[in-house]
Amino acid sequence: MNKAVRQRLVVVGNGMAGMRTVEELLGRAPVRYGITVFGAEPHPNYNRILLSSVLAGEKRVEDIVVNRREWYAENGIALHTGDPVIAIDRAARTVTTVQGVVAPYDKLLLATGAKPLMPRLPGLDLPGVVAFRGIADVEAMLEAARSGTRAVVIGGGLLGLEAAWGLRRQGMSVAVVHLMETLMERQLDAEAGHLLQQDLTERGLHFFTGGQTEEFLGTDRVEGVRLADGRAIPADLVVVAIGILPNIDLAKAAGLDINRGVVVGDDMATSDPDISAVGECVEHNGQVFGLVAPLWEQAKVCAARLAGDGGAAYATPPLSTRLKITGIDVFSAGRLAAADEDDCEIVLRDGGKSVYRKLLVRDDRLVGAVLYGDVADSGWYFDLMREQRPLGDLRERLIFGRAFADSQGAKGGIDVAAMSDDAQVCGCNGVSKGAIVSAIGTKGLTTFEEVRAHTKAGSSCGQCGGVVQAILAHVTGTAAVASEAMCKCTAHSHDAVRKAILNRELKTQAAVREALGWSSPDGCAKCRPALNYYLLCAWPGEYVAEQGSRFVNERIHANIQKDGTYSVIPRLWGGIATPAELRAVADVAEKYAIPEIKLTGGQRVGLYGLKKGQLPAVWADLNAAGLVSGHAYAKGLRTVKTCVGSEWCRFGTRDSTGLGIELEKLLWGSWTPHKVKLAVSGCPRNCAEATIKDIGIICTEGGYDIVVGGNGGIEVRITDPLVHVSSEAEVLEHCAAVLQLYREEARYLERTAPWVERVGIDYVRCRVADDAAGRKALFARFLHSQTYAQTDPWAERALGGVDAYEFQPLAVVG
Amino acid sequence: MHTSFNPWQWLADMNDWTFIGTLDDIPRLGARTVETPLGQVAVFRTAGDELFALVNRCPHRGGPLSEGIVAGRMVACPLHNWVIDLSTGEAAAPDEGCTTVIPVRCEGGRVSLGLAALGTVADG
Ligand code: SRM
Ligand SMILES: Cc1cc2nc3c(=O)[nH]c(=O)nc-3n(C[C@H](O)[C@H](O)[C@H](O)COP(=O)(O)OP(=O)(O)OC[C@H]3O[C@@H](n4cnc5c(N)ncnc54)[C@H](O)[C@@H]3O)c2cc1C
Ligand code: SF4
Ligand code: FES
Repeated sequence: MNKAVRQRLVVVGNGMAGMRTVEELLGRAPVRYGITVFGAEPHPNYNRILLSSVLAGEKRVEDIVVNRREWYAENGIALHTGDPVIAIDRAARTVTTVQGVVAPYDKLLLATGAKPLMPRLPGLDLPGVVAFRGIADVEAMLEAARSGTRAVVIGGGLLGLEAAWGLRRQGMSVAVVHLMETLMERQLDAEAGHLLQQDLTERGLHFFTGGQTEEFLGTDRVEGVRLADGRAIPADLVVVAIGILPNIDLAKAAGLDINRGVVVGDDMATSDPDISAVGECVEHNGQVFGLVAPLWEQAKVCAARLAGDGGAAYATPPLSTRLKITGIDVFSAGRLAAADEDDCEIVLRDGGKSVYRKLLVRDDRLVGAVLYGDVADSGWYFDLMREQRPLGDLRERLIFGRAFADSQGAKGGIDVAAMSDDAQVCGCNGVSKGAIVSAIGTKGLTTFEEVRAHTKAGSSCGQCGGVVQAILAHVTGTAAVASEAMCKCTAHSHDAVRKAILNRELKTQAAVREALGWSSPDGCAKCRPALNYYLLCAWPGEYVAEQGSRFVNERIHANIQKDGTYSVIPRLWGGIATPAELRAVADVAEKYAIPEIKLTGGQRVGLYGLKKGQLPAVWADLNAAGLVSGHAYAKGLRTVKTCVGSEWCRFGTRDSTGLGIELEKLLWGSWTPHKVKLAVSGCPRNCAEATIKDIGIICTEGGYDIVVGGNGGIEVRITDPLVHVSSEAEVLEHCAAVLQLYREEARYLERTAPWVERVGIDYVRCRVADDAAGRKALFARFLHSQTYAQTDPWAERALGGVDAYEFQPLAVVG
Repeated sequence: MHTSFNPWQWLADMNDWTFIGTLDDIPRLGARTVETPLGQVAVFRTAGDELFALVNRCPHRGGPLSEGIVAGRMVACPLHNWVIDLSTGEAAAPDEGCTTVIPVRCEGGRVSLGLAALGTVADG
């Protein structure tokens, strides 16, 4: 096409909104315009959002560039960086830059963004006082962090907190001065704001809330700030992050209609039809902007208009925010608090875990959400808000999150198949479902990481990760296949691997990986523990468990806690304890200054907060009193809970306690695909809760009901009846046989409840209850394997025993 | 004699390699810890006998990486399963974070650490 007939488009502002508009325009009308871009900053355009990650040392400047200079060249765009436009001549239709470039236009796009709001206070000009807006600011902060040690951040909003955290990560000690009483008060309610402050305080930030800055102190360079109440806070660096102002200087001088921002209509045109504006410099329907999601919409509409589509109209989408501080999860969208009686607040609070969740419902629709601590469901809530879906039955389960709501029937989840192609998936990078689907198709992407790298969806705040994965699974149809394959090292399913181990007599992990063509020589953290278990189960007495393939708990026979200490829970057979045993526990707790003793939910006593190095000595003392490992950490037999039964209870029909102890003595020490818990109740009142256990026994006048496949955990499941028997000996045989069947056939990490659901209770009945010979064979195999399994791991490791190296440092230096 | 400990002096003194033990002391596909006045260091050994050392704190919530499962050049944190690259200290996508890498050297089966790197703390 002849270049001369192209119209000239000049873009002022080489930032996120301006360049997104150009990208959209190139997609629609690649040759309609000859494009010239002017940018005040000396860089090609970059993802401003990720400056927080650059400051925190998680990304480098080169990682956040969106379009490299080559991109401009390839698309025939003339790029002038580091050369701000200083005037628009609307009559002559030209713009003029600082360096004196005069560029004529047919259409002009203003995308000048916003300026940081700086308080007019004494000392504002001192070196060391910076804003948080561009690469130059981040470079100044990093420089200050190298030479200085203390920083003050003014402003406890999204930006201020990300700045404070980044500087903390750079090793500075950081104080945040915030005018309001709670942090991020525009995005969070007071409760979430307080939780946030607590968490950040624990991470070493200091807060001065209700603090008004009055002066920047210092002579040649900033040395601190003084607050209105007279307090002075010393600092080598002061970052101001109190807000932004639309950058309207050029538009104002050119005589365009302005208010707080450059006024635009639904078509993104200013009061001059040849001049459009997008981004943080605009005002639409009285609203100005500070997040990227609405900018992507503006860019789309503006590009459509420039390309000649007269119908495109902009409307502000619902907005959400998420704080980008690694390990701190905060999300908010829509309204924060009830305005009147028609608004209903639903609140869930778990102070201990620092989890808080507030939902705002109006007219049967979700209109606001504040999540703190656990934001896994933020995408789901946000979709419910965006789609304005009537909640109906979902309402009463809503607060418990998606998994719970879904498990209760009425699927409330977002159906990716039903999502329209232009539905926005990644708000931070403006990536639609259509863009993801087409990238997967044209580039043959198969993993989340690839999709993220190619589309940028999920690369900023990460909130949309789940939806991106769901789309990937939907498009490639891998969801079903993926759950079949054991892990990313192999395409073989769990069942196929188990078969091969038996049929081809594979007896080491290396042999399995070699024979079945694993893609990685030493497997991964997912397949190694599974293989370890399958081999242990297939070759009892022959295969020696690989320590490096066990999760820490099973490797060292104690349960790791959140602070890296361990818990120790000895077996109390059937929940019975002697005075001597209790005394031994008490003595150990005192002798080793163990921080906490707790009665567990499994009818035993737990010792909490032990250092790894203390374990062998503690075990030795417990062993001396006859106490052995309770395997509270193992994919193996955990507890056999009992009730007092006929020994004491006026309703008890049989000796449930005694039977429980016998069962525990028979089954302890066995390794299983997942943990296994039993309970024996002395009558149908079922005080031992046998009907939510992996195997339960309920004693009656007529005998024993054996029930299986129950679960009291994440997804509660009531057991299915297996069989009714009349003697204790039969109980023991049936229970061991069921356990062996489960050991041999369930998939690693599949508890009995999902296993029974998968194979069906009829199958289990037919193998165990109806087939006497089969049952006896299972029982015999179980007993054989127990001869190798029933050694107390604590006794083996008590002072100076097995794996001694585990419990002491390699070296102590300094 | 007991004198008060000065971490900066200590770091300066640590400029050279510090001997910590032998290769055989470290289990394959496992790790051992080294106590220093500036915290624990985890020394890992891969299936192919490569050695790596990291500050023993997961960038997520400080979990002890030494207790994680090692596969290839990665370790999975025992607390919430973040996967950390032993050679760079960086968390694998989609998680983000980094722990400090400590230089490690093995000569004739003798293992030493370059503990001066402890001064450059990547984790806040
Ligand atoms: C200590 C204890 C809580 C307490 O303070 O009482 C406990 C503590 C833990 N439970 Fe539990 N559970 C304890 C009884 C229970 C019970 C009640 C029971 O057994 O009657 C249940 C529901 C019953 C059930 O399992 O069906 C229970 C359901 C879970 C679940 C959910 C399992 C599921 O299939 O949905 C998990 C998660 C898992 O295993 O993956 C879990 C996981 C855990 C872990 C192991 C989490 C972890 O990996 O660190 C906790 C270990 C803490 C520690 O170091 O000891 N715990 N846990 C109880 C130990 C009993 C014991 O003496 O061994
Ligand atoms: C540290 C940080 C973190 C953020 N995090 C998030 C987040 O997590 N989520 C979110 O939604 N938003 C976030 N934001 C906000 C988001 O970055 C902005 O909404 C977005 O960048 C605005 O785009 P824009 O194109 O309007 O402005 P900009 O990206 O600022 O682009 C404007 C460009 O125009 C240039 N310019 C100005 N005047 C002229 C002139 N006269 N001549 C030539 N060029 C000129 C400027 O130099 C600038 O490069 C964050 C912002 C910052 C600073
Ligand atoms: S896993 Fe069990 S012990 Fe741990 S917090 Fe949850 S309910 Fe409590
Ligand atoms: S502390 Fe390591 S994953 Fe959470």
